[in-house]
Order: sequence, then C-alpha cells, then structure tokens
Amino acid sequence: MSSLAVPQTEPVAGSTPGTAQGRPPLRRRIALIPTVTLFLGAIYCLLPVAWVVIAATKSGRELFSTFTFLPGTGFAGNFRDLSAYRDGVYWEWMGNSALHAGLGALLSACVSAFSGYALAIYRFRGRETIFNVLLAGVLMPPVILAIPQYLLLAKADLTDSFLSVLLPQILSPYGVYLARIYAAAAVPADVVEAGRMDGASEWRIFTRIALPMMIPGMVTVFLFQFVAIWNNFLLPYIMLSDDEKFPITLGLFTLLEQGANTPALYTLVITGAFLAVLPLVALFLVIQRFWSLDLLSGAVKS
Amino acid sequence: MKSTARRQSYGVKGAPYAFLLPATILFALFFALPIGYAIWLSLHKVKVSGLGLGSGARREVWAGLENYTDALTDSELVNGALRVLGYGCIVVPVMLGLALLFALMLDSENVRLAPFTRLAIFLPYAIPGVVAALLWGFLYLPDVSPFYFVLDKLGLPQPDLLDGGPLYLALSNIAVWGGTGFNMIVIYTSLQAIPAEVYEAAKLDGATPVQIALRIKIPMVAPSLVLTFFFSIIATLQVFNEPTTLKPLTNSVSTTWSPLMNVHRDAFGEGDVYGAAAQAVIIAFATLLLSFGFLRAANRRQKQEAAR
Repeated sequence: MSSLAVPQTEPVAGSTPGTAQGRPPLRRRIALIPTVTLFLGAIYCLLPVAWVVIAATKSGRELFSTFTFLPGTGFAGNFRDLSAYRDGVYWEWMGNSALHAGLGALLSACVSAFSGYALAIYRFRGRETIFNVLLAGVLMPPVILAIPQYLLLAKADLTDSFLSVLLPQILSPYGVYLARIYAAAAVPADVVEAGRMDGASEWRIFTRIALPMMIPGMVTVFLFQFVAIWNNFLLPYIMLSDDEKFPITLGLFTLLEQGANTPALYTLVITGAFLAVLPLVALFLVIQRFWSLDLLSGAVKS
Repeated sequence: MKSTARRQSYGVKGAPYAFLLPATILFALFFALPIGYAIWLSLHKVKVSGLGLGSGARREVWAGLENYTDALTDSELVNGALRVLGYGCIVVPVMLGLALLFALMLDSENVRLAPFTRLAIFLPYAIPGVVAALLWGFLYLPDVSPFYFVLDKLGLPQPDLLDGGPLYLALSNIAVWGGTGFNMIVIYTSLQAIPAEVYEAAKLDGATPVQIALRIKIPMVAPSLVLTFFFSIIATLQVFNEPTTLKPLTNSVSTTWSPLMNVHRDAFGEGDVYGAAAQAVIIAFATLLLSFGFLRAANRRQKQEAAR
C-alpha cells in the first residue's frame, strides 16, 4: 500500500535495498509494493489459463512425461481427436452454448430495457412494489427455483428441450436493476415530455428516442447475461438429459466424468477446456474496452 | 388542450404497465410459481397404497412439517452445511481481502502495468465455474501438476490436495480465483469515484499512503464492501459447480458434500422431490437470514459511526 509520489516520505518497508535509494529520482517513480503485488495477483490469475494453453498442445504421452510448462507437439492431433469424438458432439455443445447465451442475453436485454425504462421514467401506482418484487428474485437461491422449475416444465412436457434452458434465464433481476439506473441517468425527462408534446405515442417515444440513448447500458446488460448463461451449469444439468442438447459446460463435465478414470481421455478434456475458454476470453478482451464501469459503480452506490 | 392532456395522461397511465408486462409474466412463471410450488411440495408426501401399482396407488397427501423435521435431522445435510460453513469462512475473507488489497493497489499512484494486471485479475470472471474447477483439478493432480513437479525436484513432501483438510483449501482456492477479480472491479470503481480533493488535505498533513488507505479510502468504500460481502455470502452457501466438477477426480468429494448437492441427489438420485423441496426451502431461508442479518448489522454499525 505504499504508493507514493512524494519522495521524502517513501516508506522504507517496501523498497528492497538498492532500489531508487540514493539514485536521482526518475521523473515518475514506480510504486514498488503495489506494482509487485498486482503483478503477483496477475500471475496467480493467469497460471491455470497458461497451463491449459500449453497442456492442450501436448499429446497424451507428452502430457505425463514432459515438464508441465513445456509446449508439446500434439495440438493438431488433439484437435482432430476432439472433433472426431462421438461424431463432433463437442462442436454441437459449443453451438448450443452460443445459441443459449446469444439469444437468452438478447431477450434479457430487451425485457430489462422495457422494465428499466418504465420504472425510471413513469410515475405510477405500485412502481416501487413491482421494482422490489422483481429485485427480490436476485436473492432467490437458484436451488429453490431449479427443482420446481424442472417439475413444472416436466408437466408442460418441456424438459430436455432448448426452451427449458432458455426461458428461465430471460428475466434477470440484476439486468432490470441496471436498466433502471441507466435509463434514469441517460434519458432526460424533458426529452420524453417533448416527444409527447409532438404527439408521439409512448411506444414511439421509447423506440425512437429513449432506446438509442439506452444502448450502451443495454450492451452491458447483454454482456453480463451472456456470461451468466454461458457459465451456467446447474440449470442445464437439471433440465437436459440428451447430450446433443448440452451446452459446453455440461458437455465438458460429462467428458471429465468419463475421462477421469481413463487418462487417455485427459488430452480430450484439456483441449476441450482450452477451446471452451477461447471465445469467452476473446469476447472479454474486446468488450472490456466498452464495459461501462460507471454503470457498475452507480449500481453499487445506490 | 385540456382534453388532449387527459387523453394523453390516460395513454401514459397504461404505458408503464404494458412495458412491465413481459417481466411480470416471466417473473410469475419462473420465479413466483416455482417458489410457491416448492413450498407446496415441501408440505406434502407420497402415500403408496397396496403394492403401489396402477394409477391412484400413489397419492400426494399433506405431510405437515414432517419433511422439515426429516431434513433438519438428516445428518448428511447438517454435515454438508458445516462443511460449507468452514469453506465459506476461508473463501469470503480471503477473496474480499484480496479484492480490497488489489483495488487499493490499483488506485495508488505510479503503479506500473496497472491496465494489464487489472485485466489479468479480472479475467477469471469470464471462465465458467465448471471449467475453472476442471483446470485447477488438473493442477491438483500429481501426474500432470507443475506444483508436484517442483516439489518432487526439491525432494519435499507431496501432500494430497484432494483429500481431508487440504481439500477445503483446494476448493476455496477455486472460488477465490474465480471471484476476486469481479469484486476488485466493484471496489476499484467506487474508489475511483472518490474526488481527489479528499486526499489532498491528508497528503499536505503528511499522511502516508497506508494511513490514507486505512483512514479515508476504506471507510469511503464501505458501502460497496458491504454489498460484495452480501453477495459473496449468498454465492458461497450455494456452492455446487466446483465440488461437483472435482468429484470425478477424487473419492473425497461425496455426492452430498454441499447442501445443494444433497438436495440434487435427493431430488434426482433418489426421487424424493418432497424432502428435497423442504431442504431447498431451508437452505433458501438460512441464506436469506444470514445475508440479511449481515446487512442489518453492517447498517447499524454505519449508523453508529455516522452518529459519532
């Protein structure tokens, strides 16, 4: 915690002997302890990712015989084996995940935008009650929901279907919450009022005026929900039994279950994990530039 | 003019309800109805008459609180709750402590590589819990782990990370790894919101960065700390994915390791949805009790401090 620009009070505790002491101070000195701490944190967080990247390049024999962080030569072979595994079921899992997360997050962002806009712009009876009830959903443990959801969907003959995983994940209390805060901040009341003066319908005001102003916030809701659905395990685990409908999380889990006792399957699991991480990490690297952190802080402050 | 105003206000009056309709329908179908059904199930049981063959042989009858007393005396559930409590006592303080530490470091002056390290520490957020558990699971396996390779070369003892006490640490580590970054971003963002003038006076008075962090920064981000604590407790008590994923790799993780796994086994492994529903209601209730209890205690403390 000894970050300091003022040279004379540099705490000695942090600086190892010989650093910067007695040397003419650099124009901008490096705060040593924070930099090193953060660097160690980064190494800790990147370690498993680095491991899986390297392990995915190893053939089955190399995995057990060569040093862990030494790249192997088997990536192409692993990739072929994984793609051939049960007629390419792995790529079906990826496709299912993309479909679940993409469509689910899109619908979620729409529902959040409608609700957030209504809650932020209008004054109406029951506004706070509706908001609080919707928000209470975020506190409901998924477990108390998942089992009755399964039984109820079974009565509707919808279990083991795409819809059984999609529908319960559309309404996101957190998304509604973010959308309300964002709409309140981004859509000025007098703009809405001006629209009404011009005789525009409420729907037209929303789609033509408010929605474009809310787009950055809705992108954030979409991304949060995309990650949440892509990463969800419990719901598909309970709902689905046909492994061609599995998302990638569930698919990898079943692969691990089979592979745990047969080290020959380890390379498949590792390569599968590596490829499953890629799209999310790529998405993450692209979006973190646009990620509206002010929105997050606004959410925290209120 | 007057009549158009009335007409418009009529349209305006209906509009918010129309906009809220999709969310309300989804809430009713996928939140309210399942919760109600879970409570209904938890108060019922199946009565089998005769040999249990034919239709009408199995009837749902009122069970009162029987399922609840069964659940509370179920040693597997109670042991699972104790295991998760121990696990939570490791995860929550370590994860939030690290998140706060990293956030304060990011917020300090003259830090090099801050954008890179911030991104790297946040990265695990993008990785599914199942995949995280799988990656660490392999790192815990002596055959492929670099840790064991190093221990072996150094001639040090090689503990079994997937058994006994170390298993708690192994599982906690996965949760800490996955959750620190997100919480760090939340705390860091509220640190950034503190206006710089707040520190200026303290700096002029010669306060060290450590003093500024302890006396000014941490109290000012207390609300976001409370919030991260609150959500961490909820998430921790419901741990399911990580132990389920590690299960194929070790015999030490039973099918009832956490309360949620116990519920899942009873509902789908043993087909006792009534008992499982009662357990789920108890877990939900305990979670809400613990998290709101914490929230109230935190609020009371803040009020006291504000009064002083």
